[in-house]
Amino acid sequence: MKKILIIGATSEIAEATARLWAAQGHRLALRGRDGERLRAIAVDLGIRGAGAVDTAPLDVNDFDAHADAIDAACRALDGIDIALIAHGTLGDQKACERDFRRALRELDTNAISVISLLTHLGNRFEAQRHGTIAVIGSVAGDRGRQSNYVYGAAKGAVAIFLQGLRNRLHAAGVQVLTIKPGFVDTRLTRSFAKGPLWVGPGRIAADIVSAIDGKADVVYTPFWWRYAMLAIRAIPERLFKTLRL
Amino acid sequence: MELCGWGRYPRIDAQVSYPRSAAQCARSMGGAGSVVARGLGRSYGDSSLGPRVLDLRGLDHFLGFDQATGVLTCAGGVSLGDILRVFVPRGWFLPVTPGTRFVTVGGAIASDVHGKNHHVDGSFTDHVSGIELLLGNGERVAVSPTEAPELFHATCGGMGLTGVILSASLRLKPIRSGGIVETTIRAPDLDAVLAAFDDNAGASYSVAWIDCLARGRHLGRSLLMLGEHAADGPLAAPSATPWPVPFDLPAGLLNRATASAFNALFYGKALRERRTRRIPFARFFCPLDALADWNRLYGRPGFVQYQFVLPAAAGVAGLREVLGRIAASGRGSFLAVLKVFGPANAHHLSFPLAGYTLALDFKVEPEVLRLLDQLDRIVADHGGRLYLTKDARMSEATFKAGYPRWQEFESVRARYHAIGRFASTQSRRLGLQ
Ligand SMILES: Cc1cc2nc3c(=O)[nH]c(=O)nc-3n(C[C@H](O)[C@H](O)[C@H](O)COP(=O)(O)OP(=O)(O)OC[C@H]3O[C@@H](n4cnc5c(N)ncnc54)[C@H](O)[C@@H]3O)c2cc1C
Ligand SMILES: NC(=O)c1ccc[n+]([C@@H]2O[C@H](COP(=O)([O-])OP(=O)(O)OC[C@H]3O[C@@H](n4cnc5c(N)ncnc54)[C@H](OP(=O)(O)O)[C@@H]3O)[C@@H](O)[C@H]2O)c1
Repeated sequence: MKKILIIGATSEIAEATARLWAAQGHRLALRGRDGERLRAIAVDLGIRGAGAVDTAPLDVNDFDAHADAIDAACRALDGIDIALIAHGTLGDQKACERDFRRALRELDTNAISVISLLTHLGNRFEAQRHGTIAVIGSVAGDRGRQSNYVYGAAKGAVAIFLQGLRNRLHAAGVQVLTIKPGFVDTRLTRSFAKGPLWVGPGRIAADIVSAIDGKADVVYTPFWWRYAMLAIRAIPERLFKTLRL
Repeated sequence: MELCGWGRYPRIDAQVSYPRSAAQCARSMGGAGSVVARGLGRSYGDSSLGPRVLDLRGLDHFLGFDQATGVLTCAGGVSLGDILRVFVPRGWFLPVTPGTRFVTVGGAIASDVHGKNHHVDGSFTDHVSGIELLLGNGERVAVSPTEAPELFHATCGGMGLTGVILSASLRLKPIRSGGIVETTIRAPDLDAVLAAFDDNAGASYSVAWIDCLARGRHLGRSLLMLGEHAADGPLAAPSATPWPVPFDLPAGLLNRATASAFNALFYGKALRERRTRRIPFARFFCPLDALADWNRLYGRPGFVQYQFVLPAAAGVAGLREVLGRIAASGRGSFLAVLKVFGPANAHHLSFPLAGYTLALDFKVEPEVLRLLDQLDRIVADHGGRLYLTKDARMSEATFKAGYPRWQEFESVRARYHAIGRFASTQSRRLGLQ
């Protein structure tokens, strides 16, 4: 039985992942800003087989609350084996272009809050010398495109931060996993027209669980995005800048 | 966005909201005008279509489970597949399982769905002990056979027209294995298959595939499938994800495939008169679920499913008339599904009644729509009716003749603030307020 902390636990991808862990009987601590929803999710996960489920509200943009929140979660779980950071917002790119305060908020939610959480978690995991830190990034962080480069920059920053952290925590035997989903049909992408490349959150969840079990460093999910992004990164910038992407 | 039912006919443009809680449901219903609830969209026609749709798949939490009694309480958007995945490994099964597990509890109640065990266990809502319903005025009420019973009877089988089913409690049944012992019996004609149903009235599950193109003395030749839960073995739930059908395929392909599958079994050596084998439950109950989006096999124009029930008294003569008509037209799907129903329940618009039900698919085309109008008359003449959750085209008159309690249904809706608040493209076509 593992002890698992999920931050941004009301996310559809996070909840689908928590269901798989619940079915395996693990203990879960859920954090997110919607306390009522967290409690409903906790009851559900309990019925699905979770060993125990603890909930407490956390707005990730309250950076000062991070240290205490992680301490409290560790106390509730009596230790921590896996931390999954899942929260994110897909801000309005156009609005960010007009108003830097909007861009700053997106960067706070999608990058700075994650870096703050990783700072606390990194130190704790380095000291305990075992466990997994997993973060949901995005294929959007692999290359900047005009349609969402504020979001992409945040996800890209987190990916590079995670590379460094992975390198540092390797000696301590801690797994650091970067999860890069492609197109996922969730609340975040409700207004998008959906094509054949879209998958449901359950598919991403299954990949997250198996990437953690398999001690992976980076996982593209579904797998074909690894090749798609390889191709996209290979396009010369001289050509790339002329594309409408 | 463009929406359609499982038959992909008709298609309409709808404004869709995605509530994730009861409070968000109430908010999405705000303002004037009506809404229609939608679950997994497995109804075939226009039952879950309308200009304003509440997509309830986000209401997908389990709320409580009583280990001692097997009573599960869950939100209306929970799918039957999810219930099976979680509870089969613990030794519990759905009391009633339709031909696909990709339906929601709300949809199963609203259509009062039946399975292969109707003759012994009744329909889905016969195992529902209570429902929490969100009314048109925003009120949340508990309804059950004893609390507001008239609203319970209108809601079960009521096609979402009384309110939003927020949650429900249902009684699961204990099993000792995830396997089904299936016996297949070959029946050379209609009399033989009906006699075989009779002889096996005690079977837990029974259903027949009937060859709709067979004529003359072969009319009604069938394969009858009987099932019993295996007494031991692993409690395994389906894990495989279905194979996608990524493109619309040429119509006609499905007919060739089902025809060869049927003929292989019917004439094959493996099956003389009777064959018994053990298979996983999903293969017995939901064989088509192995293929995601199989509705695309009918191509872009879509298809309609025609399912009717004839009272036992109309019996063989009525069935023979309909089958003869279909075989002569050469239009229907190769296979139809034939089932014997037990007695009806007390719900106003519930479909099953003691007798025979037959379901088959037709590609949408003008000649087919004319043929179906003719079939409607035969069904009505024999005192039968059509299944609302499969329907995309029946007339108001056909509906009102088949469902004589519609006025009672309307008066309950009027009393509980549903009129002008809940309506579907189908309910408007059928002349409901
Ligand atoms: C392959 C296949 C096999 C099938 N086999 C069978 C079978 O064997 N027996 C059988 O009886 N049926 C069968 N069906 C039909 C299916 O079970 C019903 O159409 C069922 O209602 C679909 O559920 P859904 O969640 O997809 O609902 P939808 O199709 O989305 O909606 C169906 C109706 O339920 C209402 N509704 C949905 N959710 C709610 C809610 N929460 N509150 C209020 N109203 C709601 C809608 O307004 C609509 O009127 C089959 C369908 C398919 C595609
Ligand atoms: N969907 C995709 O196509 C896709 C693709 C690539 C990557 N991703 C990433 O996957 C992750 C999960 O997203 P999802 O698709 O599951 O969408 P989602 O359901 O909308 O999840 C996003 C979550 O972030 C939470 N959140 C946002 N701001 C927060 C804050 N200040 N404090 C606490 N929580 C906050 C939201 O909480 P509330 O419930 O309170 O709103 C929500 O639970 C995100 O990191 C996203 O960037 C998604």
